[in-house]
Amino acid sequence: MSNRLTDEQGRRLVAVTGMGLVTSLGWGKAQSWAALMAGRSGISRITRFPIDGLRTTIAGTVTHPEGYPGSAPALTMAMAKAVADEALLEAGLTEQRGFPGLLFLATPPAELEWPQRKALYEHQGASGSGYDRLLAAARTGAFKQLFESFQFASVAEHLAKALRPRGLPVSVSTACASGATAIQLGVEAIRRGETDTALAVGTDSSVQLEALIRFSLLSALSTRNDPPQKASRPFSKGRDGFVMAEGAGAVVLESMESALARGARPLGIVRGCGEMADDYHRTRSKPDGSAIIGAIRNALLDAGAAPEEIDYVNAHGTSTPENDKMEFLSLRAVLGDHLDVVPVSSTKSQIGHTLSAAGAIEAVLSLMMIANGLILPTINYDEPDPEIPLDVVPNVPRRSPIRTVLSNSFGFGGQNAALVLSAAD
Amino acid sequence: MTATTPNDVWVTGVGLLSAAGEGVDAHLAAFDAPDAPRLYDEHAFAPYPIHPLASVDMGRQIPKKSDLRQMEPWQRIGVYAAGLALDDAGIKGDAALLARTHLVVAAGSGERDTTVDAKLLDAISSRDDTEVLAKEILPTALRPTLFLAQLSNLLAGNISIVHNVTASSRTFMGEEMAGLSAIENAFRRIGAGQADVILVGGALNAERKDLLLGYELGCNLWAHPYQSVWQRRAAGGGFVPGSAGAFLVLESRTHAEARGRSPYARIASVLSDHALRSEPGQIRRTLGQLFRRTSIGSPSGPLALLSGASGAEPATSEELDFLDDLDADQFTPATRAYGNRLGHTVEAHFPLGVALAALAVKRAAFFPASDAGRVEDELDSSLERALVTSVGHWRGEGLALIERAG
Repeated sequence: MSNRLTDEQGRRLVAVTGMGLVTSLGWGKAQSWAALMAGRSGISRITRFPIDGLRTTIAGTVTHPEGYPGSAPALTMAMAKAVADEALLEAGLTEQRGFPGLLFLATPPAELEWPQRKALYEHQGASGSGYDRLLAAARTGAFKQLFESFQFASVAEHLAKALRPRGLPVSVSTACASGATAIQLGVEAIRRGETDTALAVGTDSSVQLEALIRFSLLSALSTRNDPPQKASRPFSKGRDGFVMAEGAGAVVLESMESALARGARPLGIVRGCGEMADDYHRTRSKPDGSAIIGAIRNALLDAGAAPEEIDYVNAHGTSTPENDKMEFLSLRAVLGDHLDVVPVSSTKSQIGHTLSAAGAIEAVLSLMMIANGLILPTINYDEPDPEIPLDVVPNVPRRSPIRTVLSNSFGFGGQNAALVLSAAD
Repeated sequence: MTATTPNDVWVTGVGLLSAAGEGVDAHLAAFDAPDAPRLYDEHAFAPYPIHPLASVDMGRQIPKKSDLRQMEPWQRIGVYAAGLALDDAGIKGDAALLARTHLVVAAGSGERDTTVDAKLLDAISSRDDTEVLAKEILPTALRPTLFLAQLSNLLAGNISIVHNVTASSRTFMGEEMAGLSAIENAFRRIGAGQADVILVGGALNAERKDLLLGYELGCNLWAHPYQSVWQRRAAGGGFVPGSAGAFLVLESRTHAEARGRSPYARIASVLSDHALRSEPGQIRRTLGQLFRRTSIGSPSGPLALLSGASGAEPATSEELDFLDDLDADQFTPATRAYGNRLGHTVEAHFPLGVALAALAVKRAAFFPASDAGRVEDELDSSLERALVTSVGHWRGEGLALIERAG
């Protein structure tokens, strides 16, 4: 099997040859993994902006070694660059001429924040009020640097400038499924034969004041502020919402043929990808779970994997009352009795919900679990929800050989994606 | 691995909504009347001219009031145009087919509440504690529905909800590059047999100051009385945004024939690249390289060319240089800057150009020249194919070659 170059459907087999990770627990795979193994939580009190009066005062923020760079896109770019560099180094693809493949980036939508609006408003060339005043300030040409950071293409542009991939850098958003979608785009391009390699990156640093308030107004966030480390409790009875978090993940995707030809070590395989959109509601999934079920089924179908082959499920597991219940019911529908014996954990219990980056981060963690023969736990699981009878790998990591992992990602707006990842040999 | 012949990719549905009105006929009529009054407004957003959306009853494609209430204009425009395309392709209401129809959207994001923003800005102008004030005002002023109306992927989300397109849903971002990525992704997936039928497109609501601000940070807007895109260089260039929704149904030939649908056209090539733009000439050179990778072959009479030129510089001047290169290579482009009539529609612009090319190819006749800058030559011969260009006002270059099907 180890020298297989195509899958059962005759398509090019897609290996992962490099990975990078930044989480609220650390920069780099090693630092994050050590903290995850120790059962630590990356959730803490927000210090980036004043929190008095807010319903939610906690998040999984990422601390830049040189301090907060001043805006969401700046941190988003810094994390994207860090995980890309780590992944390319591991893959042995740090050529001077640039990355010889395509770039797919999952990143949050760009948006000016209040400090930038205030700077425009107070610019000396500005007059009038409201947006006319901001536009007048912009017209002076004094804010061109801001332009380069706050376009929808900005994060991809900065990454492309640094890495010089082939072709057009692609930015994708399927909300909280974006990271998985970026990987799927890369896998499909390799299968089509358009490229031998692709870099898929998910990055998100949305912990800024207005974003926190907006999610809070949707009643999506946990308000269990004390202690912060106990707030994210997927599948527990007392779960009350997700915890916003930051981070980034990157995978170098490569045809097995190309990886073996240049002597790169395959770290794992992306065996299949599935998706399905929900047409029920903007923030809630269909009561029968059919879109989530469809996405998972499509992933298994694409992978040519029977439900019994799944050794572990890395759940979307956001810790919202609805997600975790719907995800359980959907897994039951697809995996049937096999769900009684398959461990299902949510790494969001430790690092929070990294939104656009989650799918990429969780793919990296899933492949690390396969490589290490070790399943990361669902921490804060001290009060099981009787409606969700699952083996959530409670509270402590578990040594267990696993070969094939299902990783789920479901987004606001009804965009569901699932990946089947497996060992390389 | 066996090499397979790519599937033929057909355009089997077109949904357009813009300053020119709605639907295929309204757009053909607008482009066939070059001397008709220009469809812009110089006053509402002065000093910026914009092309406002024609008046339309949104309820015709978005029947539920509850859906309309959840959306602001950007999403409504897109959902409306998507519905037109599904109607046009005979997919609307066919539950089984909709469940197999994939969705690819090119998106920016939706409207902010500029009244709330202005109120907050006035309040914080004399104080330093920006964030405390933001915290006092925002939690009561922001509406949860507005956040959902802003999110980039929620245009796609609303299309799924209103029209029941559910096989998959992907939203590409990145200004003009979003449109390139969307069309290219749909084209390649169908070509490789990864999908049979895809609804693809984008939308822009130009009539909002928060959107204008994003572009004007880089001084990219045309802030003078209206002029053709070809005539803006002397004043530094700039684009005139236009409100529009442009969606296409792309379908494999096999799939379309099996359900008895005839095409507007086939898409022969879609190519994109990313010039560094660190020195002059890179855009021109990139377009030339892309052109040589199309399936166009050797020159055979004048080449109909729908230019997505925005008027921003240096993008537009370098595109003109590329057109001169084509001329020198005997391809003799007959160029139409479709943004002159409808405005620059950013994420929607490349899908819009591909749609207009498909309409022209279907009827085998190009649009009359419409230009005071002597860039656009007449083309009287029968139309077999058309080239669509996209040069992002900041980044991204792309081409599509649209041909007569069959």
